[in-house]
Amino acid sequence: MSEIVLEGVTKTFADGFEAVKGMDLDIQDGEFMILVGPSGCGKSTALRMIAGLEDISSGELKIGGETVNDRSPKDRDIAMVFQNYALYPHMTVRENMGFALKLAGADKEEINKKVEEAARTLDLEQHLDRRPANLSGGQRQRVAMGRAIVRDPKAFLMDEPLSNLDAKLRVQMRTEVARLQSKLETTTVYVTHDQTEAMTLGDRVAVMRAGVLQQVGTPAELYDNPRNLFVAGFIGSPAMNFMPGELSGGKLKLPIGEVDAGPLGIERDDGTIVAGLRPENFEDVEVIGDLKEERGIVFEAEIDLVESLGSDLYAYFHIESAGVQSDQLADLVEESLEETGAGASTSEGREQIVARLDPTSKVRRREHAQLWADTSKLHLFDPESGDNLRTK
Amino acid sequence: MERSSRDYALWTIAIALVVIFALIPVLWLISISLKPPEALTDQSFIPKSVSFDNYKSLFEGGIDGSPFIKPLINSIGIALITTAISIVLASFCAYAIARLEFPGKRVILAGALAIAMFPPISTVGPLFDMWRALGLYDTWLGLIIPYLTFSLPLAIYVLVAFFREIPWELEQAAQVDGATPFQAFTKVIVPLAAPGVFTAAILVFIFCWNDFLFAISLTSSDASRTVPAALAFFTGESSFTAPTGSIAAAAVVVTVPIIVFVLFFQRRIVAGLTAGAVKG
Amino acid sequence: MSVNVPANPAPPKSAPKASSRTRSERKLAWMLCAPAVLAMLLVTAYPIAYAVVLSLQDVDLRFPDEGGFAGLSNYSSVLSSSLWWTDIFNTVFIMVISVAIELVLGMAIALVMHRAIFGRGVVRTSVLIPYGIITVVAAFAWQFAFSPETGFVNNLPLISDEMDWFGGRFSSFAVIILAEVWKTTPFMALLLLAGLVTIDDQLYEAARVDGASAWQRFTRITLPLMKPAILVALLFRTLDAFRVFDTIFVMTRGALDTESVSILGYNQLISRLNLGLGSAVSVLIFLCVFLIAFIFVKGFGAKVEEGRPS
Repeated sequence: MSEIVLEGVTKTFADGFEAVKGMDLDIQDGEFMILVGPSGCGKSTALRMIAGLEDISSGELKIGGETVNDRSPKDRDIAMVFQNYALYPHMTVRENMGFALKLAGADKEEINKKVEEAARTLDLEQHLDRRPANLSGGQRQRVAMGRAIVRDPKAFLMDEPLSNLDAKLRVQMRTEVARLQSKLETTTVYVTHDQTEAMTLGDRVAVMRAGVLQQVGTPAELYDNPRNLFVAGFIGSPAMNFMPGELSGGKLKLPIGEVDAGPLGIERDDGTIVAGLRPENFEDVEVIGDLKEERGIVFEAEIDLVESLGSDLYAYFHIESAGVQSDQLADLVEESLEETGAGASTSEGREQIVARLDPTSKVRRREHAQLWADTSKLHLFDPESGDNLRTK
Repeated sequence: MERSSRDYALWTIAIALVVIFALIPVLWLISISLKPPEALTDQSFIPKSVSFDNYKSLFEGGIDGSPFIKPLINSIGIALITTAISIVLASFCAYAIARLEFPGKRVILAGALAIAMFPPISTVGPLFDMWRALGLYDTWLGLIIPYLTFSLPLAIYVLVAFFREIPWELEQAAQVDGATPFQAFTKVIVPLAAPGVFTAAILVFIFCWNDFLFAISLTSSDASRTVPAALAFFTGESSFTAPTGSIAAAAVVVTVPIIVFVLFFQRRIVAGLTAGAVKG
Repeated sequence: MSVNVPANPAPPKSAPKASSRTRSERKLAWMLCAPAVLAMLLVTAYPIAYAVVLSLQDVDLRFPDEGGFAGLSNYSSVLSSSLWWTDIFNTVFIMVISVAIELVLGMAIALVMHRAIFGRGVVRTSVLIPYGIITVVAAFAWQFAFSPETGFVNNLPLISDEMDWFGGRFSSFAVIILAEVWKTTPFMALLLLAGLVTIDDQLYEAARVDGASAWQRFTRITLPLMKPAILVALLFRTLDAFRVFDTIFVMTRGALDTESVSILGYNQLISRLNLGLGSAVSVLIFLCVFLIAFIFVKGFGAKVEEGRPS
C-alpha cells in the first residue's frame, strides 16, 4: 500500500518564514494528486518534504502507513522528477536511468532489463547510449521520467516536470504522463502552477495559497463548487469574472442589474458581497431564446474587444463599479499579471468582464450590445473571508 | 537541511583549521619580529617578552642608511607604475577582444596563455645581457618592463572575463536616451567596468610586489632592488648575528598591508581569480 | 521624428557597406591590442630567441675576450652533467609531491569555501593570505620555524629537539614542499572552486533521492564533473611547480643537492656569468615546460580554451 498522508505538516524556515502551514492531505494509493497554486504558495516545499529533501518542522508524514519524517530520501522508496530534469551530464541515458539501481546493488543483468523495459515504455530505446547534452528537451524529460519509473517506487513525485517544454510539446507530454500513470498505477504527487494541467491530469487537485491548503477535490468539484474566492478565480480559463454586489431589501444589486436575493439561497445580512460569474454564463441576447430571459439579467454593455477563436467567441467589456477589494483577489491579479502581463482590471471605477458567447454572435468592438447573464450560476463570496456563501 | 548544532560545530572546526593553516607563518613572523634579539633562540611560538628593536633597526639610518626604506620605495613605485601601465594596455586589449570581431582573437588569448606558462628563468639571461647593454640594468624601468610582460596575460584574462559580462546594449540605450557616445561610454560603461578593472589592478599589484627572480637578477643595488630581493641580502645587527629579527620585521611590514588589502577586497579577488584564472 | 543612433561595431552584415565597417572594426581592434601584444612579445619572443642564440655561443662574461660560436657544445655539457639530471630529479620530485598534496588539500578547501554555511568571508580572506604574501617572506618564515636554534617546530611534541631539517637532503625537501604547498594550495583551491560552482545543485538532490551517500555523491557526481577544472588546475600548478625557485633559494640556496633547474640556470647566468651555458639551461627548461603543457593538453585533454576551466 502506498498512500501518502500529511497530518498538520508545517515547514518553517530558519528566517522564520512559514512556507507550509498545517497541511492535512490524504493521498490514496494509486491516485494522481496535483498540488497547484501560484508561485510561492508552498507546493514545491510540500513536495520536497514528502521527498525528504526538506525537513518537516512539525506534523507527521506517513507513506504506506509508516511515519517517515526522519527517513532520508533514499529510504522512502520514492522517485522524483525535477523541473530541470537534473540528469547527470557525464552519464549516458542508460547510466542515468540505472544509477539508483546500481547504488542499491542490483546486478548488471537486472539493471539492464529494467532500464530497457522503461526505455521501451518511453520510446527511448535508440537513445540509451547517448548523453543528455545531445538530447532534445522532450527526450530529456522522458529520461527524467524513465529514471523514476525504473525504480518501481511507492510514489512518483513530480516538480513541474513539463514547464520547461514549449507549449505544443507540453500538451503532448501531458497525455503521455497521464497514460503512463494510469498504466503503472503508482501513487503520484504532481506540482504545477498551471491550472489547465491540474484540471486535465489529476484525479484530485489540491489548491494552495500562501502555505495554506485551500481546497481539495476533483477538478469538477473545484470548478463547480469553489470554496472561496481564490479557488474560484484560480481554476478555470478564462478566469471567473468578479464584481461587487450590494444586498439590501431582499434584492442583490449588481453593476449589471438586479436580482431577487431569495432564489440565491444565502443567509446573509444586508451589505456588500463579491459576485462571481464564469464567462460561459453570459450570452448574446440575439442568440438565446426568450425562455432564458427569465433566469437572468439582460443588460447593455459597450464591447471593448472581441476575440474570435472559431469555436468560441470571447467578448470583453467593462462595467462601472467601485471595484472589488479582497486579499484573495489581489493575489489572483498578481499571479495573472506575472503570467500574462494582463489581468482583471479593477481600476478607475471600471471592472473588466470577459464573456464567452456563441460563435454566431454578431457583437462588434466599440459597439453596444445586449447581453444576458445567467444569475442562477452566480457565485457569491464574503468580501473579507472570501468564503463561498452558497456552499456549506 | 536543518542546521543542527553538530553541523555548526563541525563547520567551525573546518573553518578554524583553514584559518590556522593560513595564518601560522604570518603569526610566526610577527612573533619573531617582536622578540628581542637575545630571545631569538628560545624556540617559542609566542614571544615571552616584546621588543620593537627589530622594527627600529629597519628604519635606522634614513633613506640611504636603512637597508629597508629604499627597497620599500622601489617596491611600491615599481608595482604602482607597472600596475597603471599594465591595466591601461590590458583594458584596451580586453575591450577589443570582448567586444569587437576580428581575426587573431584566439591567437592573442592563446599567446597570452603561453606567456603565462613561460618560465621566467629562460628570459633572465638575455634580459641581463640586454639590459646591461641598454643601461637598463639596476633601474626601475629594467624591472617594470618584464613585470609588464608577465602581468599582462593575467590582467587580460581577468578583464576579458569581466568585460564579457557587461551588457553593451546599455551604451546604445543611453544614446537613444540622448547621450553622446562619449557620455554613454563614461556614464554607463565605465562604472560597469570599474569593478573588473579594480580587481585586475589588485592582482597585477600583488604579482609585482611578489616577484623575486627578476628582482635579484636584474638589480645589484638599492637603486632598484625591491623588498623581496633586499630581504635575501639583509644583514643583522652586527656581522655576527643572523638577520632573522630584522628580516622578520621587514616581512611583517610588507605583509600586513597585503593582509589588510586582502581583507577588504577578498570578494573581488576571488571573483577575479575564478573568472579568469591564469598564473597566480 | 528620427533619432540618429551611432552604430555599434556589429557583426558583419551582408550589405556592401559592411566590409568597410568590418575593416574599420578590425583596424580598431588591432590598434587596441597592439600595445599589449608588443609588450608581451618584447620580453618573451625576443629574449627567447636571443637565449637560443646565446646558448649556441661560448659567452662567458668573466672572460669577455674569449668567445665565438660553440654549436651545441653547451647543450652537450649540460645534458651530460650529472648536476643537470640531479636537478631535474629534484624539480620533478618536488613538483609531483607538492601538486599531489595541493590537489587533495585544495579540493578540501574548495569544498569548505563552497558549502560553508557561515564564515565564508573569513575563509576567503584566510585562503588569500598565502596568495598575497611574498614567496620569499613565507619561505623565510618557514625557514625560521624549522631551524634548529630559533624555530618552534623542534619544540613540538612529536619532533626530536635536535632534528636538523636543513642538514639533510630529504628533510630539506620536506620543508621546501611544505612551504610550497602552503603558498599555492589557495590558488589551487580557487581554480577548483571555479569548477565546483558549475555543478547544478539539483544533481545532488537527484542523487540523494536515487540513494547516494555523501561519499558516493562526491566520487560519482562531483569528481567526474570536475574533471575539466581539475585538469586545468593541474596543468597550471604543474607548470608553476616546475619553475620553483624562490623557496629553495631562500631555504638552502640549493645546497645538499636540493637545487632545482631554475636555480641551476640562475647560478650559471647571474652568479657565474656564463651566459652560454646558462642560456642552454634556460632553453632546455623552456622545452621541458613546453613538453609538460603538451602532455597535459594533448595527452590528458586539458581544455584551456580561452583560459576558462571547462
